[in-house]
Amino acid sequence: MTTRSRTLRASDLARVAVFAALIAALGLPGPLYVPGSPVPITAQTLGVMLAGALLGARRGAMAVVTFLVLVAAGLPLLAGGRGGISWLTTAPNAGYLLAWPLGALVIGLISERMYPTYRFTPGLPAAAHRFVSGLLATIGGGIIVVYAIGIPVHAARVDSGFLAVVQGVAMFLPGDLIKAGITALVASAVHRALPGLVGGRDGH
Amino acid sequence: MTGPLGLYVPGRSPLHRCPPGPKLLGLAVALVLALRYPLLAAGPVVALYALARIPVRLALAQVRPLWGVLLVTGVFQTITIGWERAAEITSSLMLSVALASLVTLTTRVSAMLDTIAGVARPLRRIGIEPDRVALLLALTIRCVPLLTDILGSVREAQLARGAGRNPLALVVPVIIRTLRTADALGEALTARGVDDE
Repeated sequence: MTTRSRTLRASDLARVAVFAALIAALGLPGPLYVPGSPVPITAQTLGVMLAGALLGARRGAMAVVTFLVLVAAGLPLLAGGRGGISWLTTAPNAGYLLAWPLGALVIGLISERMYPTYRFTPGLPAAAHRFVSGLLATIGGGIIVVYAIGIPVHAARVDSGFLAVVQGVAMFLPGDLIKAGITALVASAVHRALPGLVGGRDGH
Repeated sequence: MTGPLGLYVPGRSPLHRCPPGPKLLGLAVALVLALRYPLLAAGPVVALYALARIPVRLALAQVRPLWGVLLVTGVFQTITIGWERAAEITSSLMLSVALASLVTLTTRVSAMLDTIAGVARPLRRIGIEPDRVALLLALTIRCVPLLTDILGSVREAQLARGAGRNPLALVVPVIIRTLRTADALGEALTARGVDDE
């Protein structure tokens, strides 16, 4: 029974596959527009955050790994039709992509611990509790963890910590903060509709 | 877009015929050399692209997404640590990406997936079944057009309602339909005996 419980059940397999495909679909043309921002932001990291927040740590990380394996195999699933092993190994921003599974894992871990209990947000109304939980999870996993790996790798490749920090913050942070907010709002709505999604008895 | 071949460029060169495993080892060696001698590696990298008969336009397309980073890095490092080191840094970035891309361009997606599955085989010991991994990858590939359709139809519906620019009006219905698709897929898999062992 021990190995059996670690194997993916059919329902888990389906969720992992569908969310991995969602991450890919969010990278296809037809970008996401954000009110007040003239630049369309790519929605792929939104998919990573959603996978962690809605599937939980284990399945969320598996969805991201599945997506990255298909990219590594040469399918053009990254935003802009990019793909292949170069984007996961030698490209200056490879660290960010390699950090995505860990980011989704941390988002899932925080979500699983915060959504079912009000321990960390005493006195808040339910909707605010869900939004704050989602925001802490997406900023912690989707931004802090991903940047903590992405920026040093970038710095090593361009031989400048300053440049890596400036480029990471200028290029990704505004969009990632917006995506963290969107994920928190979406996850709040979805978790209200389906309370057992993460951290419940039917999860892991 | 997502053609059946992915980024693979069909050909019969020695690079195309080399199996992915040795090719990846070769890439590792080539990367070490290219990072060590960034200015001397340009010739050999171009020669390898010629050997694989990759069209020039396609070869340039591999490094095009880097132009922005290369330009910023080049200018910044020329100012701070001099043009020699700046040239080394930018060319090692460009050449290492070009080398890794060459492996992708000359390897079928199916062959690369088989190699990755082979590397993942020892993971069976920690409960990751190779059959499940293969099923998961195949399902995901099948689901990409499905999810693209969901995204496209929700986007059109919200545009028709005048909510096209509101990200929440787009993402919430997409997620609901995504979870519903996953449930239907899970039931279909269970009905076909995926959970029976």
